[in-house]
Amino acid sequence: MLKGKQTWWFENKPVIIGAATVVGPDEGEGPLASDFDLIHPELDMQQKSWEKAERLLLEQATDFAVHHAGLQKDDIQFYIGGDLMNQIISNSFAARSLGAPYIGMFGACSTSMETLALAAQLIDSGNAQHAMAGTVSHNCTAEKQFRYPTEYGSQKPPTAQYTVTGAGAAVLAATGDGPIVECATIGKVMDLGITDPFNMGAAMAPAAVDTLTAHFNDTGRSPSDYDLIVTGDLASVGHPIAKELLLRDGVPMNDTVFNDCGLMVFDISKQKVQAGGSGCGCSAVVTYGHLLKKLKHREMKRILVAATGALLSPLSFQQGESIPCIAHAVSIAAKGV
Amino acid sequence: MSTSSAGERPYKKMSMSPKEYQTFAKQREPSRSILKNCVKAFVVGGLICLLGEFIQQLYIHLAGMKPKSASNPTVATLIFISVVLTSLGVYDKIAQWAGAGTAVPVTGFANSMCSAALEHRAEGLVLGVGANMFKLAGSVIVYGTVAAFFVGIGHLIFGTGGNH
Repeated sequence: MLKGKQTWWFENKPVIIGAATVVGPDEGEGPLASDFDLIHPELDMQQKSWEKAERLLLEQATDFAVHHAGLQKDDIQFYIGGDLMNQIISNSFAARSLGAPYIGMFGACSTSMETLALAAQLIDSGNAQHAMAGTVSHNCTAEKQFRYPTEYGSQKPPTAQYTVTGAGAAVLAATGDGPIVECATIGKVMDLGITDPFNMGAAMAPAAVDTLTAHFNDTGRSPSDYDLIVTGDLASVGHPIAKELLLRDGVPMNDTVFNDCGLMVFDISKQKVQAGGSGCGCSAVVTYGHLLKKLKHREMKRILVAATGALLSPLSFQQGESIPCIAHAVSIAAKGV
Repeated sequence: MSTSSAGERPYKKMSMSPKEYQTFAKQREPSRSILKNCVKAFVVGGLICLLGEFIQQLYIHLAGMKPKSASNPTVATLIFISVVLTSLGVYDKIAQWAGAGTAVPVTGFANSMCSAALEHRAEGLVLGVGANMFKLAGSVIVYGTVAAFFVGIGHLIFGTGGNH
């Protein structure tokens, strides 16, 4: 049901009955290591290309998620996924081995919540009993496609972010045991003219602010209704900007814990990740790995995840275009809240 | 900082103009020490040149080469070291610290070619390695040649330069 201007309210309470995360070595050295289902010790994962390694991450995450949900692959009626690669090849190729009807989406790093929102919508509307949402990113495929060859010696500025190597998938169902997807606010594309692809946090912050404000206005909720609100990957430059903007406009963000997945997945004081994590996998592994466990164990009752995405391409920034950004927010609650 | 009272519903939508926001965001960028970066680049770049000088002296004294003919194998040796460090995944780590210090010398040029070749090996020898090897180095060659052309014209006009 539409609530307010841009929020879907899921009255039938879709349940996340299973989720899984698979990550690379740097995430495995980060503070959330114990929350991941599998940590690969090498970036290449014994594959012949970075792209194949990325695909493997997603295949493993979806396999584990189906298994955790207590289902078989055939039970997944729809798979919704996206990634950062051109033509979202990681998801399309992984969907080939999954064999489920597939909807490919692109929302850059906001894809995690974009796909979760749509999967919840399918369940809520009765168009599916079981749907899976998944996303993946790999540090080296992202470097190769968007920046420079991985071994090229370029100096990254402190505003740059480090793409997370990881995949996350969640299986949703109409009934079952697990956290509930309550509602989702679909974001608008925001572009305030930031052109520096090494400062995505600042480019994406206004999108997060816009979606969060819209979410509170649509639902009538306040930040204090959430035990935790996280942005996707604004990192150490973008996240304080988003917080300052929200406080300026009178949104009482100090009434909740406001954090960022890009700051949670790595220890930015010890790991060499510049401003923090980014990529589709960033909000996916933090949400599906870390946060869902907190909800399951009742350490938190209700969270809001606003995954942020920079909708640029290597071509668009080379042509001097600014960076359009988007954020999608999904509210997830522990069962029975 | 805030002009509106907190908690007033509905919450106000962000109302900054792109220009205001760009200034706002710029002020919140972490500062970078240009001086520190320059010093690091100077030291590391200098050390690479010192290494080059050492290698050249080896060729002169151990292989009995003349200073002029020793310069080619010296450059080749530096390139070889750079390629090995790139292939071992070390060069980019040094470069993050050293900045222009590792980018400007010939080792940086070798790194740009080697890293592109490694990265695109998965796309085959022709369309991958061959086509992408000069992806970064290509512009150095183009603008290096163009610059040399104009410097040459300058020398011709002013009657300067040219040892031959």
